[in-house]
Amino acid sequence: MVPNNSVLLQLAAQIRYRIVELSHRNHITHLASSLSCVDILCALYFETLNLSLENINDPQRNRFILSKGHAVLALYAVLEKRGILSADLLNEIGTNNALLGEHPSMNGIAGVEWATGSLGHGLSAGLGMALAAKIQKQSYTVTVLLSDGECNEGSVWEAALFAPKHGLKNLTAIVDYNKWQATGRSQEVMSLEPLAEKWHAFGWNVCEVDGHDFSALTDALNQESPLPKAIIAHTVKGKGVSFMEDDNNWHYRVPKKDELEKARLELLGK
Amino acid sequence: MRDAFAKTIHEIAQHDARVVLLSGDIGNRMFDAFKSEFPDRFYNCGVAEANMVTLSAGLASCGLLPVCYTIAPFITYRCMEQIRVDLCYQNLPVVLVGTGAGLSYANLGVTHHSLEDVGMLSTLPNMRIVAPCDRKELTTLLKHIYKTPQPTYLRIGKKGEPDLIEQQAVELGEPTVFSSGTDIALFGTGTIMAEVLLAGKQLQQAGRSVEIANIHTLKPLNQTYLQNLMHRCQRIIVVEEHGKTGGLCSAIADVFARSELKGSAPSFKFLSVENAFSFKFTGDQETLRKFHKIDASAIYNAAIET
Repeated sequence: MVPNNSVLLQLAAQIRYRIVELSHRNHITHLASSLSCVDILCALYFETLNLSLENINDPQRNRFILSKGHAVLALYAVLEKRGILSADLLNEIGTNNALLGEHPSMNGIAGVEWATGSLGHGLSAGLGMALAAKIQKQSYTVTVLLSDGECNEGSVWEAALFAPKHGLKNLTAIVDYNKWQATGRSQEVMSLEPLAEKWHAFGWNVCEVDGHDFSALTDALNQESPLPKAIIAHTVKGKGVSFMEDDNNWHYRVPKKDELEKARLELLGK
Repeated sequence: MRDAFAKTIHEIAQHDARVVLLSGDIGNRMFDAFKSEFPDRFYNCGVAEANMVTLSAGLASCGLLPVCYTIAPFITYRCMEQIRVDLCYQNLPVVLVGTGAGLSYANLGVTHHSLEDVGMLSTLPNMRIVAPCDRKELTTLLKHIYKTPQPTYLRIGKKGEPDLIEQQAVELGEPTVFSSGTDIALFGTGTIMAEVLLAGKQLQQAGRSVEIANIHTLKPLNQTYLQNLMHRCQRIIVVEEHGKTGGLCSAIADVFARSELKGSAPSFKFLSVENAFSFKFTGDQETLRKFHKIDASAIYNAAIET
């Protein structure tokens, strides 16, 4: 059963609180980068990807790569909510001797398709998977989530050149366009704009959506296209916690006890 | 050697539907036969090597056995992090083929020399490095590589290299021994073996008992063989068309330093390229080999020096 928007909103709020709580408890950074993509991940994992514990290692499964690996808290919290990752494992994230680190790594964790953390790798890896599906005549799809800062990397554009040439319509790139990168506005660090036009000029089927609107995200993800798709998802860094929204200090800061309480009230209302 | 690679990978692909060939916009006509038989298993990835390497890892993660082909410096230096994270860390079975080993493309300038490639890649966990000396050895070793897929760098020459292998046994992981001896051990790796063998024959004509071997599998190195030779021979000459850091000379020095030799230690001569760019003049491979003292006569002289 596909959850409706109000159910998704509630799930997303719970996931956001889980992220903030883990950041506080285990001192995990990149909190705001995780919060900006929660709704995108919810749309994927609860609406379109059809991934569950039963099929997570099936060779025919749809693939998702978190190319912006620093948002690992968001991925793990969603995998937990989806029943793919255990709470016990997630509770230990980032602590000494824990299996889960602060970027997705190759420790046999179900649901992690690629070890990321160095930006600019995920889209090329996704291309390989999408091309493999074409060669092996399989019908699975490949979705890659990038950050806007990540679009500074030349390898992203190498991959962008390759995909349309080979008609990889089973590939979707989503840019979590929260307008910030580590040290400043993404438009000021590099001339990122016009971002949608760039992807369009590279031969992709581009659509721009509000990255916090489940219906818009789901429609964009479900749209059939003869070309690879680029979804430019406009988001707010730190989304969901008023005092973190659009404040880039939360790229590296972790919340204190009182801040966690405030976030809990805002997200869970109790 | 390039043509032998094209022919062999085509043969392997005929027996294994998982083989996918990627090229960095070179060797186009070379792969015509492959392309016409397997149009959906050949991809020209353009002049975008970093994407090619990670893409190949993506293919491998879905059960395919990709091989990436371009000029040695471009498939190695340029893609170092892609190789580290996407191939080696994830331990995916991709073969990277670097053509133009060492000074093969001497005249094209420093950008096209590969004198640091083995040094860089040998630091990476899970990486296997193989340097055949001629077409026949390349053919055999490539087939062996596909029997035990893992991240592999295959360092080959260009074209027109002399055929060196006659009846010698060729086995991945085992040095190819051209002659056995007890006096001098003469080790090389890859296409520089043409010079090594010339020097070795001169030494044999001068009455020396010389062990000559191509240490084609640079990683993992066959330590047992090397340690045995360190016991047997009093003089060990190591030759490589590579910089002095991180290649065969470094690796053998490392084996020696870690070994527990009984009796007197052998004396070593390491012939490799100094840690400097050859930018003061240009020249062909023969000229630059002479300049860097890794040609046959330099090897001979190093062996007879006291």
